[in-house]
Amino acid sequence: MKILASSLCLLLLLQVSVMGETLIVGPGKTYSSLRAAVAIADKGDTVLVLKGTYVSLNTIIDKEITVLGKGYPTLDAQQKEEVVTITANNVKLDGFIIRNSKSGDMRDFAGIRLHRVHNVTVSNNRLINTFFGIYLSDSKNIRVSGNTVKGSREAINSGNGIHSWKCSRVTISNNSISGHRDGIYFEFVNNSLIKGNTSANNHRYGLHFMFSDDDTYRNNTFKNNGSGVAVMYSKRITMLHNVFQENWGSSIYGLLLKDITSSQINGNRFVRNTTGVYMEGCENISVHQNDFSNNGWGLRVLANCVNSTFEKNNFKSNSFDVTTNGSLSLNRFKDNYWDKYEGYDLNKDGKGDIPYRPVSLYAQIIEQIPQSVMLMRSFIVSLLDKVERAIPSLTPESVKDEFPSMKQWTR
Amino acid sequence: MWKIAKYIIFDIIKSKVLIAYTALLALISVSIFMMDTDVTKGLVSISTVVMIIVPLVSVVFATTYIFNASEFTELLVSQPISRKDILLGKYVGIGASILGAFILGVCVPVSLFAFSVTALVLMLVGCLLSLSFVSLAFLAATMTSDKAKGIGLSLMIWFYCAIIFDGLVLLFLFSFNDYPLEKAMIILTSLNPVDLGRVMILLQLDISALMGYTGALYQKFFGSGYGMLFATVFQMVWITVPLLLALRIFKRKDL
Repeated sequence: MKILASSLCLLLLLQVSVMGETLIVGPGKTYSSLRAAVAIADKGDTVLVLKGTYVSLNTIIDKEITVLGKGYPTLDAQQKEEVVTITANNVKLDGFIIRNSKSGDMRDFAGIRLHRVHNVTVSNNRLINTFFGIYLSDSKNIRVSGNTVKGSREAINSGNGIHSWKCSRVTISNNSISGHRDGIYFEFVNNSLIKGNTSANNHRYGLHFMFSDDDTYRNNTFKNNGSGVAVMYSKRITMLHNVFQENWGSSIYGLLLKDITSSQINGNRFVRNTTGVYMEGCENISVHQNDFSNNGWGLRVLANCVNSTFEKNNFKSNSFDVTTNGSLSLNRFKDNYWDKYEGYDLNKDGKGDIPYRPVSLYAQIIEQIPQSVMLMRSFIVSLLDKVERAIPSLTPESVKDEFPSMKQWTR
Repeated sequence: MWKIAKYIIFDIIKSKVLIAYTALLALISVSIFMMDTDVTKGLVSISTVVMIIVPLVSVVFATTYIFNASEFTELLVSQPISRKDILLGKYVGIGASILGAFILGVCVPVSLFAFSVTALVLMLVGCLLSLSFVSLAFLAATMTSDKAKGIGLSLMIWFYCAIIFDGLVLLFLFSFNDYPLEKAMIILTSLNPVDLGRVMILLQLDISALMGYTGALYQKFFGSGYGMLFATVFQMVWITVPLLLALRIFKRKDL
């Protein structure tokens, strides 16, 4: 309903702007810079910027106007300032190349900054070599879509690609972010949607969530980020159909969940990560219908997680399916497909007749003595695992799937 | 040398044991791929076979053959041929036949069903293991004088490399857990050709997990081509050193 309302608002906004005047900025036209055009423009006007390169040392858009780029004009801050700041409501900024914002220790210089505004759309821009890409603060009903944010600075001089702080009802869709510190950063952002984005090759997290409740992210791809994706201290997060892949290294996780409650993780794919999902202090999480394949560790669920359910997931070709650090687990595994399951199904109901214990003895050993990684797949290790499976004594008794699926779940 | 090798190859091709070995390997490979649709899982199963069966057959077959052909060797020694040429000729002959069996039995089905980098590494590992265990068989056969002892020794070598060694390493890890063991582990791995082969396959299959290790040395070992290079070079050492030792003994041996 809210999304509908905001899109209606946008439609209205477009109507208004069509009715307003159009100011053309370009070489040899009335206005030679965006700043000059904005100074003259009235509420509801459209500023059309023609192709070319313009110096833009923090151009402030403080009127309710539509700013369109034609043929991707370039706004360049020459590493001296921010590029564009939007401080008015109902602004649309579309079709620019925005580049070379300043780096700073005291201020977060951004490519496009939005501060205390609502109903603003930032779409189809290409941000190149900015410190922070798009910076939203204290705003509502913001749409950020179709932008390409590409950082090219070293880790210490990189800000976040799309940064939002204290916002609500933000929609971030179909953007592509790379080379920044965090691809997408959320802090105190509520009721928002992150959809269809690609966040790859960032220095730290592909997506970083802090204290942000009631958010949804779906159909995103997070690939090869320095530390994967982190979701922390949040409630009621819905994560659907995302892809987490190739997040490699020690303490790097496809998806890190810390102190998360009442959330859903459904239909995601975790491929070739060192650890697919890491859960610490989580409560009431449902992890359903996900694919875990070719990960080092599929799932790592610490003993302080309670009341979570893991159902109908596929575990394929992981070095280790599940590990935990305690002997008691208060979570439930059911109907998962495990490629390492060696049981049988005599009554042909598609469910294995003996429970599967996903925590192997060798996984426990490697936890204590990491150097024993060298013995992986050796005969002695499989022998130990077999013995332990037959007579479990060291692995946690309560971590088991009572009804493992015999067949892989197809999606 | 090449002539001797040629005679030996022709002789071995006629033997039923080698044909049975080729057939067994082919049967295992093909049935694994037929049974499971997941190709990677198939490769994992085949790598287990390669780690256990290939060394066993290589070492036992080679030792037995050397002892069975001892009269032929005596005949050759009486001719004006250097002992070095005789031994190397025998090595080339036996090694080539066993390698041929492995290529027909494993490499061909694997290339047909699951050609990938992992498969290539698996084939390379199998070939190197075959050759190194033939080498060890030569050492066992030249060190001993009668057949029973020779085969016993070669079986011991296999048992040690394939099973006991890893158990000892695990024990070592448990006892010296508090010490930095990274370097020690890499050195220990190089002391066993089967482990070297396994590490090469690990570097393909479990790289996601291996990258989770924190130590700098392991990071370097696993993360770059360094580990692969290291393992291949040491496999080569495991082929040449036992053979050279066998040659040394054979030159002075009273037949």
